[in-house]
Amino acid sequence: MPPHLGDSHRRFLQSMMSNSVMDEQQARALYQHCCDIHKAQCVPDKLDDFIETINSKLQPMFMQIRKGMSEDNGQQYYALVNMAETDVTRMSSDYADNELELFRKTMDLIVSSENGKVSSTDVLNVADTLTIKKLKKSEAEQVLNRLVQDKWLNEKRGEFSLSIKCIIEMEPYIRRMYEDQLKMCHICHNVAFQCQICDSPTCGIKIHNPCVARYFKGRVEPRCPACDEFWPYEIPEVRH
Amino acid sequence: MTQRKRLSNTQGRRSDPLEEDDSDLTFTQPSTSQVQRGLDKFTGSQMDQKAAEVIQYILVKDQKKIPVRRADLVKHVLKDYRYIYPEIMKRVLQTFDQVFGLKLVEIDTKNHLYILINKLEPQEGAAGPPNPKMGLLFVILSLIFMKRGAVKESECFQCLLYICGERHEQFGDVKKLVTDEFVRQRYLECVRIPHTEPVEFEFHWGQRAELEVSKAKILDFMGELHNQDPQTWSQQYKEAHAPPPAAPSTSQPNHSQR
Repeated sequence: MPPHLGDSHRRFLQSMMSNSVMDEQQARALYQHCCDIHKAQCVPDKLDDFIETINSKLQPMFMQIRKGMSEDNGQQYYALVNMAETDVTRMSSDYADNELELFRKTMDLIVSSENGKVSSTDVLNVADTLTIKKLKKSEAEQVLNRLVQDKWLNEKRGEFSLSIKCIIEMEPYIRRMYEDQLKMCHICHNVAFQCQICDSPTCGIKIHNPCVARYFKGRVEPRCPACDEFWPYEIPEVRH
Repeated sequence: MTQRKRLSNTQGRRSDPLEEDDSDLTFTQPSTSQVQRGLDKFTGSQMDQKAAEVIQYILVKDQKKIPVRRADLVKHVLKDYRYIYPEIMKRVLQTFDQVFGLKLVEIDTKNHLYILINKLEPQEGAAGPPNPKMGLLFVILSLIFMKRGAVKESECFQCLLYICGERHEQFGDVKKLVTDEFVRQRYLECVRIPHTEPVEFEFHWGQRAELEVSKAKILDFMGELHNQDPQTWSQQYKEAHAPPPAAPSTSQPNHSQR
């Protein structure tokens, strides 16, 4: 029987609601802070249990605080997710219908891409094909900027990828929408967008960049964990 | 200048454009027999599910700090469950209280508007990024409070111009933020000053500010700012430490005996 919710749990939940996504360090600090204010016991390393208690009460509302790994830095992030969300409607108060359509199409491009990234040119070309009121290229560019500002997309050197906020909060939508198209990481078994793919044509397993870094760390001759073929890619450094 | 609909029955109040469909379904409190029939029709878990939907709806609205209209709640969420509205709302209130530490409060008993306020006291130095908009709001609320409840619009903007200019890198158009967003969110109220030509307006504390912001804390902050004992502002001190008025009505069901 999970323990009762106290004000420390409620305060934590409220913070998650207003802060959207936070990294592990912030989440730990918040946990400590909430326990301190309400004079509740804070057991270090029991953050996940604390969150589980909250989740047990959120479950009837199809809400959950979930964890996800950033494909950029391999760190864990926490976010509050509406598990019943079947569309990108949670963004509908901030974006017009055609802007949401552009976002969906951008996501389509990212999911079907090899490296989980899409160039701004590709997205702007798609702006022409919108079924709801079309967007001019300059308008589409504005939308992309806002999506980056609102932390739904990351931008690096003119290429866009899904942010950790998007990956965690939209997971139910992404899984439902793209089902079989999704690449899954062989190491951590989560959805992978930016990943390395085994060279062997009969294998083709995918591994997240940060998972590659951790798995192959220190190995002189990296080999595919599934088919044992030589892993030909540059092994990234483990980031802290 | 944004369009504003003026409600004819107010005393020249600038009100926010109505967010939702104007065709208000007249919703009257169901009778006890209607409630009973409703309770017989739906199972406990169906009602829990419907309560969950209501909670989601309110949370989404509250993210933008937009008050929730009961009519919209009935039309978009409750639908068939409208006759057991009191029973559903009982569960909703309980969940907000026990799981979220939030309280659903009716700020307009005529039009049945609700907002969610925090039962937990706001804390200093909370983990997570500080909200600059709230900082600005706090300054305005302080200004109004120290001026005993009302500040002319023009005076307020003069003050803000001095603090942060017309365009701020984070909030954009400052005037728009204050007159649109803060008023819509019920943090501020914009009231017409009678007998002014051209028309002038003044800002008061809005209903949400009255419920969420502590006047005592504002006075303490002023005290620190001016290196004075808050009690030197005797009138404001009295107001800040007055016993709270009778609690505002919540959406507690009241079964009318018919």
